[in-house]
Amino acid sequence: MVTEFGIVLLFFIVGILFVGVSLFASALIRPHKPNPEKLSTYESGEEPIGSPWVQFNARFYIIALAFLIFEVELVFLFPWAVVFRDLGWYSFAAMAIFVVILLLGLAYDWAKGYLEWDKPKPIIPVLKELIMTREDLKNQQKD
Amino acid sequence: MNNLIWILIEALIKAVVILNVILLGAATSVYLERKISAVIQDRIGPNRVGPFGVLQPFADVFKLFFKEDIVPKASDKFFHSLAPIISLGVAVAVYAVIPFAHYVEIGGTKYYIGIAPNLNIGLLFILAMTSVGVYGITLAGWSSNNKYSLMGGLRSAAQMISYELSMGLSLIGIILISGSFSLNDIVIGQANWKWNVFLQPLGFLIFLVSAFAETNRAPFDLPEAEPELVGGYNTEYSGMKFGMFFLAEYANMATSSAFITLLYFGGWQLPFSPDLLGLAEGSIGLAVAQFLVFFIKVVFFIMFFIWVRWSIPRFRYDQLMRLGWKVLLPLSLLNVVLTAAAILIFK
Repeated sequence: MVTEFGIVLLFFIVGILFVGVSLFASALIRPHKPNPEKLSTYESGEEPIGSPWVQFNARFYIIALAFLIFEVELVFLFPWAVVFRDLGWYSFAAMAIFVVILLLGLAYDWAKGYLEWDKPKPIIPVLKELIMTREDLKNQQKD
Repeated sequence: MNNLIWILIEALIKAVVILNVILLGAATSVYLERKISAVIQDRIGPNRVGPFGVLQPFADVFKLFFKEDIVPKASDKFFHSLAPIISLGVAVAVYAVIPFAHYVEIGGTKYYIGIAPNLNIGLLFILAMTSVGVYGITLAGWSSNNKYSLMGGLRSAAQMISYELSMGLSLIGIILISGSFSLNDIVIGQANWKWNVFLQPLGFLIFLVSAFAETNRAPFDLPEAEPELVGGYNTEYSGMKFGMFFLAEYANMATSSAFITLLYFGGWQLPFSPDLLGLAEGSIGLAVAQFLVFFIKVVFFIMFFIWVRWSIPRFRYDQLMRLGWKVLLPLSLLNVVLTAAAILIFK
C-alpha cells in the first residue's frame, strides 16, 4: 500500500525529473562558445578585485542564532496547538510560561541592540589628558 | 499488487497534470504582471505574440532554452548548477498538498482533487519546503563567487528566516481553530462563510506581509534590488538556469496566493450552499464549480501581489529587519495567546 507520503515522494521525483530533463534538453540545443572575457566574474564591467569569499557582517550570524531559538519554540507550539481544545486552561498556562521565558530572551536581544541593523554610532575616544597641545608645551617650558 | 500499480498510475497522472497546471499558472502570472504593470505605467505591454500577447511568456521560455549557459570560471560549478534545481524543485513540490477541489466519487471510490490534499502534516510540509527554498537562493549567491550575488544571497537568507518566524506563528492561530494540519480539514472547517479571515484578522495581516517577504516580492525584494545589486543572487546566471529562478519566483507567487485562499478565504468552498446548483456531493459538476471558485480567488490574490509591487517602493534593509523582529514577531505571539484565550472562553 502506498501512503500519502509515498505519493508526495513520487510527485517530488517527477518534479526533479522534469527540471533535470529540461536542463538536459536545453544543454543539447544551446550554443557553447566560451571565451575568457565571458567566463570572468561580473563586476560592473571592471576587472574583479579580490574574492567575495571573505568575512561578512557578523549581524547575519546573530540573526541566525535568534531565529534558531524561536524556530525551536515553534516546533514545540505546533503539537500543542493541535490538541489544545482538549486540554484547557492548564495547558494554556503552561504554554504561556514557556512563551514568556522566550519573550524575555527577545527582550534581552532588543535591549542589547542585537536587533538594530543601523551601524552603532562611532565612539570617538577622548584623549585630552594624554595629548599635549602647543599651549600645554609652552606652559611646561615656562615652568 | 495489481492495486498498487493502479495507485501508482493514478498518482503519476495527477503529477503530470498538476505539473502542467503549475507551469501554466507561472506563465499566467508572468503575463498578468507584464500586462498589469503596463496598464499602471500607461504603456501597452506585450501585444505581438498571439492575441493580446498571451503567448509572450512561452516565447520567453523558448528563447531562454536556446541561450548559451555561462558558468563563470571562478564559481563553484556543482552548487552553481544545483541551486536553480533546488529553487524550482521546491517551488513545485509545495503543490503536493494543495487541494484544488473536494473530491469526485466514481464507482464508489473517492478521488481527491490534488496530489495528497489529506496529508496529515500538510501545513508542516509547506513550512519545511519554504525553509528548503532558502538554500536555493543562498547557494546561488555563494557559489557564483560574485560580490553582488553574495550580498543578495545573504540578505535573502536573513530576510526569509526572519519572516518565517512570524509566518509560522500566524499559522498557529489557524491550527488552534481547526485542530488539524491537513489543508482539506482546514478548508472543510470554513464552510458557510466561516472564513478564517474573520476570526483571525491580525493573523491574516501578519501572514500576508510574511508571504510577500518569503517570496522576495516588492516591497521586500531586497535580494535582487536592481539599483544596488545589479541582479542580486542571480547576477551570474543565464539561459535556462536563469529561467528556472524566474519560473520559481512566479510559481512561488501563485503558491502564496493559493495558501492565502486556502487558509483564510475558504479555499474551494462555494460562496453558497451546493444544493442551490442542484449538484450532489461528489459529482463532477460540483468539483468543477469548486475548482472555478478556488481559481478565481487565487487569480485575485496574484493580481493583488502585482498591484502592490507596482505601487509601493522598496524597504530599506534596517526597516525590513525592524518590521520583522520588533513588530511582526511580538504581534504574532500576541495573536497566538489571544486566539488560545478566546477559544477557551467561547468554547
